Amino acid sequence: MKLETNTTRARFRAITDNAVTLLAVLATVLVIAPLVAIFAYLIYRGYSSLSLDFFTRIPKPVGEKGGGMANAIVGSGILLALASVIGVPIGIGGGIFLAEFGRGTKLANSIRFTADVLNGVPSIVMGVAAYALIVSPHVRYLPILGHFSAFSGGVALGIMMIPTVCRTTEEMLLMVPHAVREAALGLGVPNWRSVLSITVRTASPGIITGCMLAFARVAGETAPLIFTALGNSFWSTSLNEPIAALPLQIYVYAISPYDEWHKLAWAGALVLIVLIVLAVSLVRYVTSRGVLKGAS
Amino acid sequence: MIQVPETRISPPQQRHELQSAAAQQIDSASPKASEIRNFLLHRGNSALADRWFHVLMLLCALSIFGIVLLIAGELTIGSSLSWGQFGFNFFFKTYFDPNTHLPMYWDPVNGHFSALPFVYGTLVSSFLSLLIAVPLAIGVAVFLTEMCPGVLRGPLAFLTELLAAIPSIIYGLWAVFVLVPLLRVYVNPLLTGSLGWTGLFSGDNPTGLGFVSAAVILAIMILPIISSLTREVMIAVPHSQREAVLALGATRWEMIRMGVLRNARIGIVGAVILGLGRALGETMAVTMVIGNTPEIHRSLLANGASMASVIANEYAEATSNLHRIARTVIGLALFVVTILVNAVARLLVWAVTRGAPARSR
Amino acid sequence: MGVGIEVINLNAWYGANHTLQDINLNIPANHATALIGPSGCGKSTFVRCLNRMHETNPIARVTGTVRIGDLDIYEDAKPVEIRRRVGMVFQRPNPFPTMSIYDNVASGLKLNGFRNRHALDAIVERSLKDSALWDEVKDDLKKKSGASLSGGQQQRLCIARALAVDPEVLLMDEPASALDPVSTSKIEDLIFQLKSQYTIVIVTHNMQQAARVAEKTGFFLNGRMVEFDSTHKIFTNPSDKRTEDYITGRFG
Repeated sequence: MKLETNTTRARFRAITDNAVTLLAVLATVLVIAPLVAIFAYLIYRGYSSLSLDFFTRIPKPVGEKGGGMANAIVGSGILLALASVIGVPIGIGGGIFLAEFGRGTKLANSIRFTADVLNGVPSIVMGVAAYALIVSPHVRYLPILGHFSAFSGGVALGIMMIPTVCRTTEEMLLMVPHAVREAALGLGVPNWRSVLSITVRTASPGIITGCMLAFARVAGETAPLIFTALGNSFWSTSLNEPIAALPLQIYVYAISPYDEWHKLAWAGALVLIVLIVLAVSLVRYVTSRGVLKGAS
Repeated sequence: MIQVPETRISPPQQRHELQSAAAQQIDSASPKASEIRNFLLHRGNSALADRWFHVLMLLCALSIFGIVLLIAGELTIGSSLSWGQFGFNFFFKTYFDPNTHLPMYWDPVNGHFSALPFVYGTLVSSFLSLLIAVPLAIGVAVFLTEMCPGVLRGPLAFLTELLAAIPSIIYGLWAVFVLVPLLRVYVNPLLTGSLGWTGLFSGDNPTGLGFVSAAVILAIMILPIISSLTREVMIAVPHSQREAVLALGATRWEMIRMGVLRNARIGIVGAVILGLGRALGETMAVTMVIGNTPEIHRSLLANGASMASVIANEYAEATSNLHRIARTVIGLALFVVTILVNAVARLLVWAVTRGAPARSR
Repeated sequence: MGVGIEVINLNAWYGANHTLQDINLNIPANHATALIGPSGCGKSTFVRCLNRMHETNPIARVTGTVRIGDLDIYEDAKPVEIRRRVGMVFQRPNPFPTMSIYDNVASGLKLNGFRNRHALDAIVERSLKDSALWDEVKDDLKKKSGASLSGGQQQRLCIARALAVDPEVLLMDEPASALDPVSTSKIEDLIFQLKSQYTIVIVTHNMQQAARVAEKTGFFLNGRMVEFDSTHKIFTNPSDKRTEDYITGRFG
């Protein structure tokens, strides 16, 4: 009697077990499906719209065929360069402080926490803040302030890079064995020198990949540029003028009603995603290979 | 007493030879020892450089606080100019059109601003997306940590990471040209047909845009963050917990449910809240598919707008001062809410992963 | 040439833990001095007080006087200056993983601002010869990374690195405990050669090793120095009962 109820129960348990396994597999397939769909469609639409013109021409006025995104590609390059100049050194410096000076202190813990929280603040908010700080007509202390400009866009993106770079730098530095620091200090090397030339250098592959990850993230950002860099359908490389950017241009073309522009949007998206996937794969490759090969 | 090998204490002859050979080389080949010593003696102790370095790094770290204060300050100043005019009512007020007596919320022409439809739109699209994303994300995390063959784990984790790296604008592009038509033709009629009687899915929107489209694309976008954090907290559950449950004769699912999910649940809640934080502030993709209509409808298939989308959508049109201020107030609200949501989520995730072997370094 | 070390009333703490209590001792110049004792007895802490590495740990604290030559290291100088004069070799080989063999050896000078390339070449060669590594690595000095060497070679590389700054004192904190017997004997041979030029203090838990390489031996127990005498005396006729118990293996 007792045994019999047990077998029914056992069968029920086994069935549940299998069902859950099936559901988990199904969930994974469902998650991977859109990824595959996005990439397949992106490559299909993007590749057929790519041409040499895309990389060498600037946009044509509405109704005319052809044209490209050369100005947007260059514009993105300028914005990202400016963002990196701001975000990378400050971020790395913050990471050095967290790992080398503040370890275990309340200050470092609260900075780490704030950085994580800041990472979750929507980029659009960063855009509104950068607008109020730099672009708003009320701000007229310097000639570069008070209007839409490449400068303001670069600053907004640079600020967004800081928390990410800071946290990855810290994590990479914490992976450097304590023995390596001791070796440097034991030679009578000044602390700043030991941190920069030994610890940071040992962790540099990891830190570089962290910077690339932050770079890839802001490369696709559109929202903070809407109120800052604004976009520009002509050639401009001036930091003081509105500037075109790849994601902005994709946005403008995507919501336009013209088929010709949709094609360009897809081509732009393909270029953008190829850049980002390259960066992410590189990160993956370097981190899986072991950031600190040979160090023990 | 230990036997001391006497021969070792006075070293064998051969060693003396080695030693003198080494001494000879030193005399002939290299600069005098005292030169190096002198050089190092006069290098100073770098105490000043060290202090400056410390201060500089501290400043870099403090910039994180600076950024938060700067954002908060700029947004507060930007919105305080007429906070008296709006007040908290800004988020709840409903105006009525004097001619048609229909409710209206956002009328820049006549200077009427209420954020109610945007708050509504943000909440509805975010929670709807959580409804879709959470079960899937937990399913993926369970599969990856507990069931997946080792060969697949790396590539699958990489693919979910890749999902997180795709920019919002590309999700939006894909949603506009692929997802929305798909939903309009196949899914929405199905929803209207089966659940239309609830009023939540009345099908009078021919565009396919709206809350459901926004929620689906949002779900796809927040899935990676929820699943990767869930994975992290599940890995942090000690192995002994799993073994304890297995030792009682549990099946794999029972082990996962009692040994893993139960122990990780606080962290999973944290991961979900973090996903919520992302969904609340997600801008470009939502702007492209939500329809951008500042109205409140019962139907989830109707057009709407979210807090982030209205900011992004009216960038060029914000000409009046009041309009700009209204936008800044919404930005401030979004900032405060996402800061709070993220802080809570981080604390919950930390509560689980802190001290856990997987992340202890 | 090495200089003697004079330690007067040295006390050290890790947090609330009083790890060294009233150590008094004179370490002779140009000799090898071994410090033995069970693990946790404070011998490692003691050598780390001799080049002020102890205080790199924020919770650590020291009182007392240490004189190296005529320099009172806690009064007259900064840690950085002390550590240039007092080289240290650690328990586990710790070459700089991203640097070549050459750069590892040159690091102490390069990182302190020494720029004369010609002299650097000579110093690297001399240091590697002194540490008996030259013949094994001379062909790929700048090609191979320090981390690519075997454990024993890495430890000799670390010794070369310490020698390159021409210190007066060489501290060795269990330098052979992570190595195989062949590498260990190479390190011991090295110590023999080096002590004509440097004052060497070696911490070891291997009593045979102390007996083999050192003229003087100190026995540490529970943060105190129980006995300090010639190695021969310590191992054949110790004056303290606890020393006798330890070296005959009755505890520890």
